Amino acid sequence: MSNRFAALTGNQAAALAMRQIEPDVCAAYPITPSTQVMETYSQYVADGAVRTELVLVESEHSAMSACVGAACAGARAMTATSSQGLALMHEVLYIAAGLRLPIVMAVANRALSAPLNIHGDQSDTMGSRDAGWIQLYVRDVQELYDTLIQAPRIAEHCEVMLPVMVCFDGFTLSHAIERVELLEDGAVRDFVGVYRPERYLLDVEHPHTFGPALLPDYYTEAKRQQREAMSRALEIIPHVALEFGARFGRAWGMVEAYRLEDAEIAAVVLGSTAGTLMEVVDRMRERGVRAGMLRLRAFRPFPAEEVVRLLAPLKAVAIFDRADSPGTPSGPLYEEIRSVLYDAPARPRISGMVYGLGGREMLVEEASATYEALERAAAGTAEIPPPGYLSARG
Amino acid sequence: MFQHKTATAPVSLKKLAEQPDLLTGGHRLCAGCAESAIVRQVLMASTYPVVAIMATGCLEVATTVYPATAWRVPMLHNAFENAAATASGAEAAYRALRAKGRIPDRELRFVVFAGDGGTYDIGFQSLSGALERGTRFLYICFNNEGYMNTGIQRSSATPLGADTSTTPVGEAVLGKPGWRKDLTGIVVAHNAPYVAQTAPTAFRPHDLKNKVARALEAPGPAFINVLSACTRGWRYEPADTIAITQLAIDTCYWPLFEVIDGKWHLNYKPKQKRPIMDWLSAQGRFRHLLKQGRLVAEIQARIDSEWDTLLERCGEAPVAAASVPPPRKAAGASD
Repeated sequence: MSNRFAALTGNQAAALAMRQIEPDVCAAYPITPSTQVMETYSQYVADGAVRTELVLVESEHSAMSACVGAACAGARAMTATSSQGLALMHEVLYIAAGLRLPIVMAVANRALSAPLNIHGDQSDTMGSRDAGWIQLYVRDVQELYDTLIQAPRIAEHCEVMLPVMVCFDGFTLSHAIERVELLEDGAVRDFVGVYRPERYLLDVEHPHTFGPALLPDYYTEAKRQQREAMSRALEIIPHVALEFGARFGRAWGMVEAYRLEDAEIAAVVLGSTAGTLMEVVDRMRERGVRAGMLRLRAFRPFPAEEVVRLLAPLKAVAIFDRADSPGTPSGPLYEEIRSVLYDAPARPRISGMVYGLGGREMLVEEASATYEALERAAAGTAEIPPPGYLSARG
Repeated sequence: MFQHKTATAPVSLKKLAEQPDLLTGGHRLCAGCAESAIVRQVLMASTYPVVAIMATGCLEVATTVYPATAWRVPMLHNAFENAAATASGAEAAYRALRAKGRIPDRELRFVVFAGDGGTYDIGFQSLSGALERGTRFLYICFNNEGYMNTGIQRSSATPLGADTSTTPVGEAVLGKPGWRKDLTGIVVAHNAPYVAQTAPTAFRPHDLKNKVARALEAPGPAFINVLSACTRGWRYEPADTIAITQLAIDTCYWPLFEVIDGKWHLNYKPKQKRPIMDWLSAQGRFRHLLKQGRLVAEIQARIDSEWDTLLERCGEAPVAAASVPPPRKAAGASD
C-alpha cells in the first residue's frame, strides 16, 4: 500500500481490512448493501493478492455453516452479510457461538422485510442480539476498518473464543466514501497474528467430537460458560483496542462519550447517527445548553458499568433505537439502558425514540427537537416525552 | 474414469473384523439399526484418515451424548440441514491450512453422514450447492425412508403407501401418497464423479466397503445412498435387518449400482426378480396394503419400469420375473 490515505466506501474498507487480515477461508453469499465486500474480496482472490479459500455458497445459511466448518477445522474464517441474509443465518449464529468459534462477520445493517426495504436500520443485528455473538457498532468508515482489524484478536482471545459481528450502517457507511487512514499490510499481519486453536477438527491424531448433544445435566453449564466468556470480553475488547491505539494511534473504547463531562442532558445511540447527534450537541452547546451524546460501540457485551457511570448523573436522556421491539415500551437499546440504570442511586428521566427505520434520515432539526424536550424535562418545565417514533406520519 | 485402489486388492472379512472399530460400541442406537454397521464399514473402508461431518439425526443423538462419544475419528455436527455446506467449509480450511503448512502435508478425507431427512429434504439445497461447487467429500445418506429420529414421520424418501406418523392409515388415506424422490438420479444430474446406491448385506459384504473406497478416490464430490433398515419405523424384528435389506435388493426395490463419471454400472442383477409383495409383506408399515391388490400391482409396475430404465442405462439385458412367487414372509412383520 503506497498511499497512507485512501477514499473508500465502507464496503471497500471492510474488504481491504479483510485482505490485510487474510483469513484462511471466506464463505459468502451476496446481499444488498454488503455485496460489495465480497465482490471486492473475490477480486483480491482472483488477482492472487490473498491466499484465502473462497467458498461461494448457495445461501447465507450455507455461508455461516461453511464458516462453522472452516473455523472448527482450525481456520480463520470470515464473511459479510446484511438483513435477510443475517436472518437466514440465525440458526447457525447460535451454533457458531455455542461451539465457541471465533468467526468474524462484517454486517452492513439493513431493514428486514416485510415490507421489502434495502435501506439501513439495525433491526437485523438486533434480532441476533441474544445469539451469543459479540456485537460492535461503528460510527464511520475509519472505525469500521480499525474495528475489523481488531475483531480477530478479540474473537480468538483464549479468554473469549466467541464470534464477532462488526456492524456498520447500510448505505450511510457501506456506500458512502470517506477518507480512511490505512495501515501497512505487515503491521496488520503482525497485529492479528496467526490463529492457532487448542482443539480443531483436522487434528486427526487427537480426534475430538465437536457439536455433541448435551442433555439437561450439562447444557446449562455450557450456556453459562458462554455468558462468562462474554463477560470477559468486557475486559478484552478495550485491551485489544488499547494495544491497537498504542501501535497505530487511534483508540476506540467500549463507548464513545461526547461532551458528557458536565452534561445535564444526552442522547444515546449506536452507529453512524452519532455523527448527526454530535452536530446537534455542538449547536446546543453554542446556546449554552449542557448537552452531550453517548454512543455504545459494544452492544454485546453490554457495557453496563460505563453506561451507569456516564448516564446516572444526568437529568434527562433520550435513547435512539434504529430498531423497534413491538409489544415493549420502545426499542432494545432503550430497554437495556433503563434496566441497568434501575439500581443507580440517582438516575435521569429517560425517553425512547425509534428512528431511521428502512433508511429514513434523521434530520438535525428532529434530533434538536428531542434535545429541546430533554432540556425542558431537565429544567422541570415539562414532562419527559413518552417513548415513541421520531418522524413518523399519522 | 479415475483409478481406484481396492478393486484389485480385496481385504478378507476376517482381516477387516480384526481392525479396531472407529465407531465404538456402547452407543444408544436401537438394536437392529443398520446405521452403526454402515458407519463402521465406511470408516474401515478408508485407507486415509477420515474427518466426519454429521447432520442432526438418530446417529448424532445416539453417538455423542456428552460427556461420552462413540467416535474415534474427528467429528463435527453442526445442524440438521447444513452438513454439506459445513463439509465445504472444513474441506476449504483443509486446503488452505495445508497450503500454508499449518497442518501436516497429507491426504485426509471428508465424509458426511446424514439421514434421508437431512439429505432428500431439509438438507437438499446444501447438498446441491456442495455438489455444484465440487467439494471433495464423500456424502453418505442413511436412507431409512423417514424422519425416524423425531418419531417416524414421512420424508420425501418414504415409499408410496407407507404408514408413518404424519401419513397415518385411515378410512380416507392409505399411508403416504406419492412415490419417493429419486435422489440418487438427481445427484447424478449434478455430474458428480462418483454416485452409488448400496445397502449393508450378507450376500455382498464388500459392496458398501468397495464403493466407499472407490468414492474416496473420486476427484470431486462422491455420493452414496445407503438403504438403512429401521426396525422401529419399518416394523420388523431387530434380528431381521439384513434379511429385510436383502429383500429390497432381490425385489429390485433398491438396486445396487454405481455411476462413475456419468457411466452407469449395475452391481447386482438377480437371476429372478422377487415380487414386490415379498418386500411389502415383511414390514408392518405396509400391512394395510397387502389386501389392496390394485395398489400393489401399481407399485409392482413402477418398480418394474424403474428397473428396466436402470438396466437400459447400465447396458444390461432384462431379467425375467419369478414365475411362482416364493412364500410370503408376513410372519416376520411386527406391528
